[in-house]
Amino acid sequence: MHTRLSEEDLAFQAEVREFLGEAWTSELAATCGNKATMKEGHEEWQRRLYKKGWMAPHWPVEHGGTDWTVTQSFIYNQERASAGAPEAIPFGVTMVASVIIAYGNDEQKAKFLPRILKSEDWWCQGYSEPGAGSDLASLKTRADLDGDEYVINGSKIWTTYAQHANWIFCLVRTDNSGRKQEGITFLLIDMKSPGVTVRPIDTIDSFHHLNEVHFDNVRVPVANRIGEEGKGWTYAKSLLVQERLSIAEVADSKRGLARLREEAREEVNGGRSLLDDPLFAKRLTDIEIELMALEFTELRALASIAEGKEPGPESSLLKLQGTEIQQAIQELRMDVAAYYSGTFQGDLSAQALGHDYAGAAQQSYFRGRASSIYGGSNEVQKNITAKYVLGL
Amino acid sequence: MNFSLSEEQNQIRDSIARFVQENYAFDQRNAVVAQEHGFSAQHWQQFAELGWLSIPFAEEHDGFGGGPVDTMVLMQEFGRGLVAEPYPATVLLFGGLLQEGASEAIKGEYIPKIIAGELQGAFAYLERQSRYVMTDIATTAAKQGNDWVLNGEKTVVLNGGAASKLIVAARTAGEQADESGITLFLVDAASDGIERTTYRMTDGQEAANITFNNVSAEAVIGSEGEGSTVMTPVVDAAKLAVCANALGAMESLNAQTLEYCKTREQFGVAIGSFQALQHRMVDTFSACENVKSLLYRAVCAAQDNGEDALRSLLALKVMVGRAGKLIGGEAIQLHGGMGMTNELSVGFYVKRLMIINTLFGDADYHQQLFAKLVNAPAEAASAAKAEAA
Repeated sequence: MHTRLSEEDLAFQAEVREFLGEAWTSELAATCGNKATMKEGHEEWQRRLYKKGWMAPHWPVEHGGTDWTVTQSFIYNQERASAGAPEAIPFGVTMVASVIIAYGNDEQKAKFLPRILKSEDWWCQGYSEPGAGSDLASLKTRADLDGDEYVINGSKIWTTYAQHANWIFCLVRTDNSGRKQEGITFLLIDMKSPGVTVRPIDTIDSFHHLNEVHFDNVRVPVANRIGEEGKGWTYAKSLLVQERLSIAEVADSKRGLARLREEAREEVNGGRSLLDDPLFAKRLTDIEIELMALEFTELRALASIAEGKEPGPESSLLKLQGTEIQQAIQELRMDVAAYYSGTFQGDLSAQALGHDYAGAAQQSYFRGRASSIYGGSNEVQKNITAKYVLGL
Repeated sequence: MNFSLSEEQNQIRDSIARFVQENYAFDQRNAVVAQEHGFSAQHWQQFAELGWLSIPFAEEHDGFGGGPVDTMVLMQEFGRGLVAEPYPATVLLFGGLLQEGASEAIKGEYIPKIIAGELQGAFAYLERQSRYVMTDIATTAAKQGNDWVLNGEKTVVLNGGAASKLIVAARTAGEQADESGITLFLVDAASDGIERTTYRMTDGQEAANITFNNVSAEAVIGSEGEGSTVMTPVVDAAKLAVCANALGAMESLNAQTLEYCKTREQFGVAIGSFQALQHRMVDTFSACENVKSLLYRAVCAAQDNGEDALRSLLALKVMVGRAGKLIGGEAIQLHGGMGMTNELSVGFYVKRLMIINTLFGDADYHQQLFAKLVNAPAEAASAAKAEAA
């Protein structure tokens, strides 16, 4: 048992830092951070990752992945987060790609994987429906076979960045006769198909990321079906595990906490830095201690995956604890911003309203409320842990 | 990076697990704790024969030369079975201080005796006023001719009844809570002027309050006035070890509670089918995994003497204190009325976890140390620098 970095690891760390220093520029950070230009910004960042060969580190090498060790993945992620660089938008490279690699046929791999690597397609995820949230298997969007096409009718909801996407991966119902988990099929749908409409959802964070996607007699070639008809639930579940691991965002929370500490240090209340306020110090260190633990819970899960074992029971906690920590940081940052946390920032310069971080704090606080809801609400995660880990 | 145990460590773990299985069933443990001093001298001899008493000592003194991972493995298994023998007091504290600070002559004389199971020791540091500040010492030692003579009182000396030798922290210079000016003395427990009042802790182990009335010390351990530098690394290693002990106890307690919820029926179904109870058990499982993650983190950092060592040790001690209370409290609640009885071992585990929380400073105390460390501008700056470098 040890966590020492080898000479090779240290050399790799230096390479990552050098790459980030060159590729993650302040101009690019500004482009990604602006609502109007975020799509272009993220695509440009992902092209830089692609050029370096790091767009899809977790893919098999034959499809364009790397053969990083667990330690290298960990180092990359730590360095990326501490530089403030985002992860690649997950819907393509992390989510649908893992299903295509595991269950897609050769034509599908050849068609979609290179385009994902080069960020030529923007994917979104069509899982939730108005009547199927945490109870995902109740989904009702229908796919009726007509010759060599499926005809799709129904609605998806909470679809992140559907307004930018040209492809959507969907769970649809092809059979109603058996258990609700049966009769679900996994389809890839071109968003430009006639009959697809996207409607924005106005959210409390004043940032357009959520949408409804409606399908009205949308025709989808059978060639766009992943694997077998009726087996979509199995494919979707494998993806949910990936999704829950990535939602934890441990490295990003570390950076968020370090930034919060420095913001708090500068806040003076009655002549005393907030950091010297024992109640504040207690809340800050409560989070930090949990995060230090979660960081190693993640490492333990990664180490067991690397040894070819299933991740241990501890990995089921990553989504739950990761999002609780994210929300605790967001909440504390609002408290650091004090009055300015309540000033409506709109398009005004944040500086003009008092604190340069108040606008960001407010947006991430409200946006962050979603993290304990998406990917299976945290209460559902507890049900899953109770059932599959504790055997209750 | 690797979280697997070595072949040798697996063997240690398995052999302790076997010992626990054969010797530490509920009734057997009660019989052990009922013996004089709260443990079995026969078990202690068995520990010696199996080589467990040699684990943390250097090879030159007949030790096994083990590191923090070896101690963790051993203490975690002891925790699972709630083993009562005074390993922390005699081997980790008394033995650890000798190894860290004693002269070669003293090490050569006493360490092999500890390893052979022939010597019980204890570390007397606490006083009535000290609370969790280990340097708050009023007991004095003064030089009279060639002798050091001690006066004062020490409290809650774990294994203080069975110990034939003590290491006593006394003030030889400075103000009452100063870090410097403390000197460690080896004292024979049968010396003239020593009075011991022994009593049991709630988990069954024996402790003593000891008064020193013009007691002559046998030797100085470490340098005069520099006792803190000997105590700190030994106590830090012992903190890690008791946290491993706590993890073993938590794992066992959670497993007992889970089993009970799967078998106990009310309203015609197993109570574990109720969601309100399921979520509480996920919370205790989660607390236990957090402890395990921080323990691995702190043990790896201690082994490498890394930058993260102190920070993760303090975080661990906080987490162990809080998780221990949560897991203990939930275990009693979920066992219902049975959790209130002494017919099950639940209460004994809960008490051990509560004692570990207070040992060497509780969660709140350690959280204040943690906050001071991580909020210091220098630390924050160096962490930021390390991340940006």
